[in-house]
Amino acid sequence: MIIADRKPLGEILEMIEPCNTLLILGCKGCVTVCNVGGQKEVEVLSSLLKIARKKEGKEIRIDEKAIERQCDPEYIDQVREMVGAYDAVMSIACGVGPQFLSEAYPKQKFFPGVNTTFMGGAVQHGVWEERCAGCGTCVIHFFDGMCPIARCSKSLLHGPCGGSDHGSCEINKDVVCIWDKIVRKKMENGRLSDLLEMKPFKDWRTARDGGPRRRIREDLT
Amino acid sequence: MMDTFKSGSRLEKVLRSGHFAFTGECGPPKGANVAHLKEKMAHLKDMVDAVNITDNQTAVVRMSSLAASAIMVGEGMEPNYQLVCRDRNRLAIMSDILGAYSLGIRNMLCLSGDHQKFGNFPEAKNVYDIDSMQLIAMVKKMRDEGRFINGEDIDVPPRLFIGAAANPFADPFEFRVHRLSAKINAGADFIQTQCIYNMDKFRKYMEMAVDMGLTENCYILAGITPLKSVRMAEYMAGQVPGMDVPVELIDRLKAAGKGNYAEEGIRIALEQIAEFREMKGVAGVHLMAIEWEHKVPEIAERAGMLPRPSL
Ligand code: SF4
Ligand code: SF4
Repeated sequence: MIIADRKPLGEILEMIEPCNTLLILGCKGCVTVCNVGGQKEVEVLSSLLKIARKKEGKEIRIDEKAIERQCDPEYIDQVREMVGAYDAVMSIACGVGPQFLSEAYPKQKFFPGVNTTFMGGAVQHGVWEERCAGCGTCVIHFFDGMCPIARCSKSLLHGPCGGSDHGSCEINKDVVCIWDKIVRKKMENGRLSDLLEMKPFKDWRTARDGGPRRRIREDLT
Repeated sequence: MMDTFKSGSRLEKVLRSGHFAFTGECGPPKGANVAHLKEKMAHLKDMVDAVNITDNQTAVVRMSSLAASAIMVGEGMEPNYQLVCRDRNRLAIMSDILGAYSLGIRNMLCLSGDHQKFGNFPEAKNVYDIDSMQLIAMVKKMRDEGRFINGEDIDVPPRLFIGAAANPFADPFEFRVHRLSAKINAGADFIQTQCIYNMDKFRKYMEMAVDMGLTENCYILAGITPLKSVRMAEYMAGQVPGMDVPVELIDRLKAAGKGNYAEEGIRIALEQIAEFREMKGVAGVHLMAIEWEHKVPEIAERAGMLPRPSL
C-alpha cells in the first residue's frame, strides 16, 4: 500500500491560516490502513486544528468526512454537494487524492495534509517499510524476492557496496542492507552463482525517468 | 611494444613488468585553488607510479576529479582518475570517460561512491543510474569494442587502464572475494583495496583470492592509510562503515604515548608494506595518506620504494 505521514501541525496551520471554513477529507484506502488519513485521523486533525485556532483567537469551522477512495472519480463525485462551500478542502489521502479532487472541482482550493512517502507495508504494529519504487520492470526474482532498486540506498544491481556493515546500510545502522540479506539467502540456498552474472543496464524508461506514466487497458476501456 | 598494452599507462607498464607498484592519493581542493592542488601533487612526484584523484570524496563537493586529473597530467604526473556513480547518469559518465582520455588520462578507478548523506549536500538527489560493476563493464566495452553501451561506434575509443575498488572488510566477508571475482570478470585490470588494518582478515582474503586464481587475471594493490592519532583510529573503528580497525592496533598506538602516535602509525604502515611485498597475489600498495601528502616521500623512502622504476 501507499504510506504517508501527516504533515507537521505548524505547516498545516500555516496553510489554512487565511481560512475560516475548512473541510477535512479522509480516504478509506491505504492511508486508513497506515493510520494517517482515515475517518479517525480526520476527526483527530479536526479537533487539533480547532483547538489551535481557538488559542490563536481565530476560530475556524471544520467539517469532517472520509470517502471510500480518493483515487477514483466515482467516489470523488460523492462530495460534489459539499465542496465549493469551504474556503479550502484539506485532503489527507495520498498525493493522488488532492489532485483528483482539484481536477474534479477546479474552483475549490485544496491542500495536501499528508506527505506521501513510499510503497510498502507494516513489518510490525506501527512500523512500515518501503518495498517497491515502482520502477516499472520488476526484477526481484533475480534477487530471491528482495528489491534492491527500492531497498538499497544506491539501487545497486551488484551489491553489497563497501559500506555494508553487520547487516546495516552505510547510511544508518537502523537501515537494513538489503544486499546483505540477498547475499546470505543466495549462499544459504546454494545460488551464489546467480550473483556473479552481470545484470543488464537498467532501462529506466518504465520508471518515472521515462516521464509520467499512463496505462491504457484496451480490454477495459 | 606499445600495442600490447591496454592503455599504455605508467601504472600498467610497472605492473606488467613485474615491479611492485606504489600508488598515492590526492584530494582536489574545496575550491578552484590550483596553486594549492599543485603543491599537494608536488609531494607525490616521482614517489609513486600513479596518483588517485578522488571524486567528491565522502560526498563533499570539491574541484572535479576530471579537472584535477588533467592538471596533474599537465604537471607531468600520472593520475588515476576516480569516478563515482552517485552524481552522474550514463550519458554524463560516458562523456566524461571520453573527455578524460582526450585530456591524457590513462587510468581510471570505477566506484559506486559514498552515499550523499555523508557529505555537505545530504539533500541532493542520488543518481545511481548504473553501479560500479556496470561502470567497469562500460569502460571495458568502450575501450575493447570501441562501442558505447547502446552499441554505437566510438570515433577513437578511450584506452584506459581499468581499476576498481574492493573492501575485504565489508560484510558479508565470505562473499567479498566473489564480488572481487565479479569485478575482474567485468573487466577490472587492477584493484585497489580499502584501507587495511586487520591483517589476519586480509591474509585470509588474499589466500582465497589466490586459490580462486583471481590474481592471475588482475593486479591487486593493498590499501594503506597510516594512522595519525588515536582519535583517528577510534573514529575509523567506530564511525566509518565497512572499516575494520582491530582494538590491538589502537592499543599499540596508545602505548606509543602522546607525541609519538604519528610515528607509530607510520611504523605500522611500514610493517604492513613489508609484509605486502612478500604476500602472494599482492602486486603493489596503494597509499592513501589523507591530508598527509607531505609525508609520502618519507614513507616511500623508509619503505624502500624509491626510486620508482623508470620505464
Ligand atoms: S524491481 Fe521495480 S517493480 Fe519490482 S519491487 Fe523493485 S521497484 Fe518495484
Ligand atoms: S550498504 Fe547495502 S543497502 Fe546500503 S548502499 Fe551499500 S549495498 Fe546498498
